[in-house]
Amino acid sequence: MSAAPVLSVEGLSVTFATPRGPARAVDGVSFALRPGERLGLVGESGSGKTTTALALMRLLKPPARIESGRILLGGTDLVAAPEPALRRLRAARIALVPQGAMNALNPVLTCGAQFADMFAAHGAPGGPARIAGLLRSVGLEPGVADLYPHQLSGGMKQRVCIALAMALGPAVIVADEPTSALDVVVQKQVMTTLVRVQRELGAAIVMVGHDMGLMAQAVHRIGVMYAGRLVEIGPVRRIFAAPRHPYTRMLVESLPGFGARGVFRGIAGLPPSLVDLPPGCAFAPRCPRAEARCTRERPEARAAGADGEVRCHRAEEGDDAA
Amino acid sequence: MSGLGAYALNRLAMAGLVILVALSVNFVIPRLMPGDPVEQQLAAISAAGGQVGDMAAAAAALRERLGLDRPIFVQYLSYLGNALRFDLGVSAASYPQRVSEIVFSALPWTIGLLGMSTLVSFVLGTVMGAALAWPRAPLLLKALALPVIALSAIPYFILGIVLLALFAIVWPVLPAGGGYPFGRVLNADLETGLGILRHGLLPGLSIVLASLGTWAVAMRGMVVGVLGEDYITLAEAKGLPQGRIFLAYGIRNALLPQLTQLALKLGLLVSGAILVEVVFAYPGIGYRLYVAIGQKDVFVVQGIVLLLSVSIALTMLVLDLIYPLIDPRVAARSA
Repeated sequence: MSAAPVLSVEGLSVTFATPRGPARAVDGVSFALRPGERLGLVGESGSGKTTTALALMRLLKPPARIESGRILLGGTDLVAAPEPALRRLRAARIALVPQGAMNALNPVLTCGAQFADMFAAHGAPGGPARIAGLLRSVGLEPGVADLYPHQLSGGMKQRVCIALAMALGPAVIVADEPTSALDVVVQKQVMTTLVRVQRELGAAIVMVGHDMGLMAQAVHRIGVMYAGRLVEIGPVRRIFAAPRHPYTRMLVESLPGFGARGVFRGIAGLPPSLVDLPPGCAFAPRCPRAEARCTRERPEARAAGADGEVRCHRAEEGDDAA
Repeated sequence: MSGLGAYALNRLAMAGLVILVALSVNFVIPRLMPGDPVEQQLAAISAAGGQVGDMAAAAAALRERLGLDRPIFVQYLSYLGNALRFDLGVSAASYPQRVSEIVFSALPWTIGLLGMSTLVSFVLGTVMGAALAWPRAPLLLKALALPVIALSAIPYFILGIVLLALFAIVWPVLPAGGGYPFGRVLNADLETGLGILRHGLLPGLSIVLASLGTWAVAMRGMVVGVLGEDYITLAEAKGLPQGRIFLAYGIRNALLPQLTQLALKLGLLVSGAILVEVVFAYPGIGYRLYVAIGQKDVFVVQGIVLLLSVSIALTMLVLDLIYPLIDPRVAARSA
């Protein structure tokens, strides 16, 4: 587990220019991705998980912009890389499985043409046989290459997107809510395909989503985001069995289970405005364990168990304090 | 694919139906009008200086000749048969000229003038709009866009009058009206061609200037919208060059509604610029219609109105048939 990371993100911050001032959608996020690792980023809407995913590909458009930080992919800092270099890295070294495959494919080109133009752009060999092989590997008929996106179901479109992402053998796949547009049964199938393909390629994957249950079955580590900050990261089992951050704990407790009956527990309150974040911990206003220092000082990352980190002043106090 | 065949058949049948309805309405409406058409026509002929003679006998003869003494259903069928042969009757004002002659002699002028200027403004405006949406559009272009868009707020016939005043009266470099040099026999030679071109320049320019901005604004809006689509993001994630993304992913999709607009404009072309033809006394359909209305020449008006409906139906048919080639979703949804 101590191999050099394929992707390391250091202090990544993204701001959106708004009429009320810059909104910090991603705030000092750092993590490292090991070769072949599957990392899940979870969080509620507006927590910055999709913005983080798009920032990794340098696909953010104004008014969003990367304010600071580094994204190191095999020795190249993507934040500083010029556009032509980025273009060559995209898909070839770091590929995207987009959110909502419904609209991710060009409606006026056949699926095959959308593979072909990518191969051409990278000067990679890719005839019909290669495309057929890729489609087969995600469980589609080779004939899909001749079809237009509107002739495919949502699940099939998402499989085409997965095949596109793996086509050039990238080291990192960024999957931005790869299943959120699909129904539950298809979600599971697509997720299984994505994981199988990722294993075969030996690529690492950053998977963004809000379905913690689905995520738990697919990834090695989970990172929890809140108000643009990565508040806790650690192995799946530890996150679910012994969450350190109060937000993670409340997220886990709010998941419905087969055994648990009775009152469904949510998290009271709303996330803070990203334009006007509290000076201390962003979760302090909603946190049942908040004390004076939580509203003043911003918690630094500290080790949490093996292979994990948490940003909470009271993380060390353990469960008994709850 | 059988889906495409069924789609084409469906569209063809639809166009046939529309034309049939247009023909029928054209048949029914004059018969609903108060007054006897035969007596009206006789009156019109005599008013135009024709020799009528015994009014009652002439009416009976004309009634028989026009077939108006037959049952309405038989009249309808023979009317349909005549219409299919483009036999639209005889003009009352310029008796005995046939309506079809009048219409078809005017048609090439309108198609030439309006077809050309519509296509020119479509191409220029669309290219301009696309260029304006290009993230790295040069400043000069953006500066140029402003007056062009402002011009599109002026009605084309007013623009026509202004152009006429400037280039035919204040600085008389171009002819003030007509479709060709006055008194010239139309031969297929260079001089005639240049003459026609010189006469078409001002009316054409007024149409182009007045509609260029509309095309540009519509196209810019579409391209900006399309550039925000998810498939553009994925295209970037695939590492495609900016040019390919802009053309094959952006422009290609933004062009679809523009082409629909173009087809609609071409369908309305025949009637689209009556006022321009009137301002420039251009010998096209619009001018003919204007004259016929002034002369109360019902048959010519009828013939032109029928031509308008049929031309709209036919351009819609052509659009329907080529649309699946540019947007594969269309045949799937409506077949």
